[in-house]
Amino acid sequence: MNTTIKFKIDGREIIAEKGQTIVEAAKANGVYIPTLCNFEGLPPKGCCRMCTIRISNRYMTSCTTPVAEGMEVESDIPEITDFRKGIVELLFVSGNHFCPACEKSGNCELQALAYRFKMMVPRFPFLFPQKGIDATNPKIIKEQNRCILCKRCIKGIKDDEGRSYFAYKNRGNKLEVVLDEKMGKEITDALARKAMDNCPVGSIIYKELGYYQPIGKRKYDKKPIGSEIEI
Amino acid sequence: MKNEIITITSKYQDDRHRLMDILIDIHDLYGYVSEADIELLSERLGMSEVEINETITFYHFFSRTPRGQFNIFLNNSITACMRGHDLVKKALEEACGTTFGSVSQDGMFGLYSTSCIGMNDQGPSAIINDKVFTNLTTYRVMKLVADLKSGKSPDEAIYESTGDGNNSDPYVRAMVFNNIRKRMVILDKDHIKFEVVRSLLKGHSPEEIIDIVENSNLRGRGGAGFPTGLKWHFGRRVESEHRVIICNADEGEPGTFKDRVLLTEFPDLVFEGMVIAAYATGADIGLVYLRYEYRYLYKFLNHILDKMRKEGLLGKNIAGIKEFNFDIRIQLGAGAYVCGEESALIESLEGKRGEPRDKPPFPVEKGYLNYPTIVNNVETLATTVRIVKNGADWFKGFGTKDSLGTKLLSVSGDCKFPGIYEVEWGTSIREVIEMSGADDVQAVQVGGPSGVMISVKDIDDLGTTELMKWYKPSGMMVAQKTFDRKLSYSDLPTGGSIMIFNNKRDLLKEVVMNFMDFFIEESCGSCSTCRNLPFIMKQKLQKILDGHGVRKDIDDLLSWGKIIKISRCGLGQTSANPIVSSILNFRYLYEQHVKAMADFDNVFDLEKSVEAANSFVGRKANFHHA
Repeated sequence: MNTTIKFKIDGREIIAEKGQTIVEAAKANGVYIPTLCNFEGLPPKGCCRMCTIRISNRYMTSCTTPVAEGMEVESDIPEITDFRKGIVELLFVSGNHFCPACEKSGNCELQALAYRFKMMVPRFPFLFPQKGIDATNPKIIKEQNRCILCKRCIKGIKDDEGRSYFAYKNRGNKLEVVLDEKMGKEITDALARKAMDNCPVGSIIYKELGYYQPIGKRKYDKKPIGSEIEI
Repeated sequence: MKNEIITITSKYQDDRHRLMDILIDIHDLYGYVSEADIELLSERLGMSEVEINETITFYHFFSRTPRGQFNIFLNNSITACMRGHDLVKKALEEACGTTFGSVSQDGMFGLYSTSCIGMNDQGPSAIINDKVFTNLTTYRVMKLVADLKSGKSPDEAIYESTGDGNNSDPYVRAMVFNNIRKRMVILDKDHIKFEVVRSLLKGHSPEEIIDIVENSNLRGRGGAGFPTGLKWHFGRRVESEHRVIICNADEGEPGTFKDRVLLTEFPDLVFEGMVIAAYATGADIGLVYLRYEYRYLYKFLNHILDKMRKEGLLGKNIAGIKEFNFDIRIQLGAGAYVCGEESALIESLEGKRGEPRDKPPFPVEKGYLNYPTIVNNVETLATTVRIVKNGADWFKGFGTKDSLGTKLLSVSGDCKFPGIYEVEWGTSIREVIEMSGADDVQAVQVGGPSGVMISVKDIDDLGTTELMKWYKPSGMMVAQKTFDRKLSYSDLPTGGSIMIFNNKRDLLKEVVMNFMDFFIEESCGSCSTCRNLPFIMKQKLQKILDGHGVRKDIDDLLSWGKIIKISRCGLGQTSANPIVSSILNFRYLYEQHVKAMADFDNVFDLEKSVEAANSFVGRKANFHHA
């Protein structure tokens, strides 16, 4: 049975496997579609809308949309680039992101996307919301000022019985991601580190480990995000 | 306490998918969910505590802190505000001795605001311990609070005046009125109950039933207008052990209340529609997702279901048809507009926060518990009964070419006769205005806040034709010059919410701001766009209304409104519509507020900014400037 599918992204031919999502297929073909809430190995949930693309005049998220034969995807076009930049700006103004003082600076996907989209001053007014820091856990600091509510920790950090260490709380613009107090106390070193690595920004910090990698030698210090994919 | 919680979870087999029921039962007992309850639930259901908290904190009618003995949820929708909501709110605060959002010191009263409760034709209304109190005035509030303080229960306080029809049924006893103003085929009183299921189904194969509905071109009456027959067809197509029919009774779009009236006066018709849909699609599981605001109908509806079971209209071998097994359970929601979106509704049915799902897969492929699931609106289901009985050709005798049949309109706002009007598709806005006895009309909102405001004011001149293509309406605000536009899928599609505003209303300050507050309150928060933009855009509108607006602010609002179109669900995508559509079509209202059409805000009014301080210290500041 032939499971190969051909379709186009911005006119470029992409060869994909049936069942792949557009983001996966693009990546395998050297085309970068920016993502934030998507994380390899976890089920996608189009939360951040960063990977929005257009297929026959409809906006879809490419992390959740499976490939289909002959589809024509528009991705790197001014309109959509402006949407993506707008999302980065929205996430900046709706949190309190002070990059110079953040342990994740240089390894932060939000910061890297802001550079990639050449964000100078966000078009939206800063909201300066009042948010807290939960440092009660022995291993993890949950910094709410930096959380972009992408759900990666909720989906990815679970115990053997499938229970989540993290979950949403409230709704709308009062939404937060919180760490389970009891389960959090028992979290293993490995899982706590995984939680930090899972987090695209500096909202989950493994205690006493913030600057273990020196500034200047971090993931996005030399090359922009996405350049590891693009051919 | 521990035993009571265990009794509750055992009642639902410790099934985490029944978390909504479990939480509702706990609220009935204690009024809120305590830390200890969550700990116990976590053990029983095999979920982490934060996961349980996630569901609780999503829904408006759930609480993590103790509430009052009487909890008063006052509806703050626009038509309530137009009929004295603010005075009633103040009277409640004075009478109960506490402010909104809190509980009185003696623990007797909790006061809360709530989005549209489906009583727009009899607002301001409030829900007190699940009972609805309509047409509130300051006098009624004083009397009511005094009654409650004197030891009467909300039930007893209501009994002096129950509404018409089944609102006075012993199982309902509500102070609600149907206000049915115009009946055609759906609201026909002379129908024979369950006639179709009893005598007609046997003679038709499931495929034939689907054919009849497909031929009738019936489209979903909730607002989106998806062809019903096609949905049934898709649902039947997928191989599965179980199939599910869901009746969407989460009527949350502000201004609509027709489903409430259908469920009150024609519940048999709605349930019969579900049985027909089950027969046609081969479904065995039936669920009604009833919004919490309509809980006062819960016992009544269950009573009807019991009767149906006794009469062999539910259960095994329904109406003598071999192996036609189907039953219906009513699931209560807990206060979240977004749960009207079919995939969010399914999430909620599974005990989770009502967050819309990514599509594909669509519910007809993978829905409730991953079974193929057909979600139909209350009115759609009722309509299918009429269609199957009278045939597709009969149905085609009503309406226009592209919009067949009749539609229930929920009319409210500035008119003499708010209520339910069953009209043929193709009825013009002018006719609706005349039917409802409205005059001096400035604008009509068709389809609720997620609609688009339309006037004829020089749309092309403003260079907005290009922008118009962005705002595919689910409804519209229509201005005078276009009152001859017709309700139809090609012109003004609608789920049935019609709100009328006369010339005394300030469309921006009153209406648009109210709609934006609604969207901010009801966003699930999952998408970065819908979580943040409505709030940011409302702030900008406030800036304009405060007289600090500049020309660029209007253009900014238009261009920011585009970004929101990439949100996941219909609620998110339309959450900037009140602002964007009012700019597109009532731009002059914005320009009135933008001082001399300035390019930048260069005035800092020092005297004005210290006014409050001046009045507090009782003297005028002495400014040493020119």
